[in-house]
Amino acid sequence: MLRVISPIAALVLSLILSAAAMAQQPLQVTIDQGNLEPTPIAIPDFVENGSGDLYGAEIAEVVRNDLASSALFTAVPQNAFIENISNIDLRPRFQDWRIIEADALLAGRVTQQPDGRLLVAFRLWDTRLEEQMLGLQFVTAPENWRRVAHKVADAVYERLTGETGYFDTRVVYVAEGTGPDGIPTRRLAIMDQDGANPSYLTDRSYMALLPNYSPSAQQIAYVSFIDGHATTYLYDLETGRQEALFATGTRGLAQVDANGQSLSARFSPDGQSLVVAIERQAGHDIHRFDLRSRQLTRLTDHPADDVEPSFSPDGDRIVFSSARGGGSQLYVMDANGGPAQRITYGEGRYTAPVWSPRGDLIAFVEQRGSQFALGVVRADGSGQERILYEGYFVDSPAWSPNGRVLLFTRGDRSSNGTQYAIWSIDLAGFNLRPAPIRGAASDPAWSPLID
Amino acid sequence: MPERVRLRRDDARMNIKFLAVASIAALAAACASTPPEDNTPPPQTRVEGPSTPPRTTPENPGPTPGTEAHFVATAGDRVFYDLDQYSLRPEARETLRRQAEWLNAYPGTTILVAGNCDERGTREYNLALGARRANAARDYLVSLGVSPSRISTVSYGKERPSCMQSNEACWAQNRNAITMIQGGSNS
Repeated sequence: MLRVISPIAALVLSLILSAAAMAQQPLQVTIDQGNLEPTPIAIPDFVENGSGDLYGAEIAEVVRNDLASSALFTAVPQNAFIENISNIDLRPRFQDWRIIEADALLAGRVTQQPDGRLLVAFRLWDTRLEEQMLGLQFVTAPENWRRVAHKVADAVYERLTGETGYFDTRVVYVAEGTGPDGIPTRRLAIMDQDGANPSYLTDRSYMALLPNYSPSAQQIAYVSFIDGHATTYLYDLETGRQEALFATGTRGLAQVDANGQSLSARFSPDGQSLVVAIERQAGHDIHRFDLRSRQLTRLTDHPADDVEPSFSPDGDRIVFSSARGGGSQLYVMDANGGPAQRITYGEGRYTAPVWSPRGDLIAFVEQRGSQFALGVVRADGSGQERILYEGYFVDSPAWSPNGRVLLFTRGDRSSNGTQYAIWSIDLAGFNLRPAPIRGAASDPAWSPLID
Repeated sequence: MPERVRLRRDDARMNIKFLAVASIAALAAACASTPPEDNTPPPQTRVEGPSTPPRTTPENPGPTPGTEAHFVATAGDRVFYDLDQYSLRPEARETLRRQAEWLNAYPGTTILVAGNCDERGTREYNLALGARRANAARDYLVSLGVSPSRISTVSYGKERPSCMQSNEACWAQNRNAITMIQGGSNS
């Protein structure tokens, strides 16, 4: 599953539009407001053409789960269906779908090709306008049926909301546990966005923290304790190879001070450089590392700790947290350094800023008294902060590639100490739900859409 | 896991030791003050009477000098910090003075100073704060004559708590810098 160049080819089928344009609004799902009325969509098991494992029912189930997880859609129960779809090239009996209140109908088919690959085709219908909204087909090796299902869900999401989907993505996170010696363990793990195909990337012999994806989805930057102290590492997902970015010996790509730790690195949008906090004699400062020239440039030089840097999606600016104003607050500066502009002024401690992929917002963690909150603020600091979630503990926001959903670490108090888990919430502050991970987990990193 | 809070355990043990010494002294005093000078018949013979000499358990001389256990017992291996702070409290300076004394007495030893934080902060923030705490302890040891070449530092942020519960007493224990003997000790 780590081979990311997918064998999937997408072909657009002819778009068949009904001539009869009725005096009715076409189906459009709004995602700006909290969606209290999810759009009902009927997704029958995909029709199977051929023998062997064609995954018609499984693909439909993955699509249903994906769409329902956004809370913008609800899957109409299959036992309510009246028409049995046996040929997706025939016009459905729309009244049969309207009567069970399905606003949309997704009719799909899996055909086994002579070369053994699967041809997955679907048509998305507006049941009230009685017209096809989208027709697509994908060709894939059978073992990639889940990825095709996610691509179908992404296409439906995009057609109905007008925004790119985020279902054909993966999530890297830290699996937390305790070793046989009682010492806490922190391992990098990876899974599909919906929790399928989980596996570990690192073992329990050293701590791994704070992963971030490269824009190509091929690499992870993270903090490794394999050398005894926090060091920024690059991990290649395809080969499993990893290397230290900064070290005091000969191992790292760039040299830093003895005992100087290097922390969580985030990629520039072009993937050519990283921003990272590195400890110098006086404290932690923001640095930029050029991956091609291997040149390390110091961007801040303040006695206070400057940490947690994140690029804007145009690559022109960097947000970071700093205690230079007393308590920790958020600052924005040019991507080449220079003066920093403070963007938060609340009473709490602001940390963990992450720039939205849409560019307009910055997600943050605010600690006020004994509570933590996940919030967003405009990148220029104007307007009001918006709190999406408040609770006992919050850390590590991670945006979905379309900037509509956030994953974050949530901690809940218990008699056995704080329990950490990854949760998601949408930008409107609705649809709070736990990520499908067994065991304690933290530090989610959301991949870009996979090609 | 409260038994991992070393200082507390040692304190408790020391208290028990004091208590034991005190009660033995009281017993001796009681014995000395009861010379039975009367004609009452002797009590019935007891099997385990005072005829058998009291078993003397060898006094524990304490940890072997120069070992990490000795360092912990004589100097104390950790100092504590206030919430979100890395400046040294007066009692932390006192502990570090004892550590420096010990380290100057055993100049062949090398140490690792690990900075730790409570869990009430984000992960990267705490890694930075832990480094500040370790550095503050290191700098004070260096000012007391310990060669910087003998000292390594590390920050574990909030990832290596001594105390696992979610309450202020526990968090106070976890806001620390712990000095560990790395090499050159007698153990």
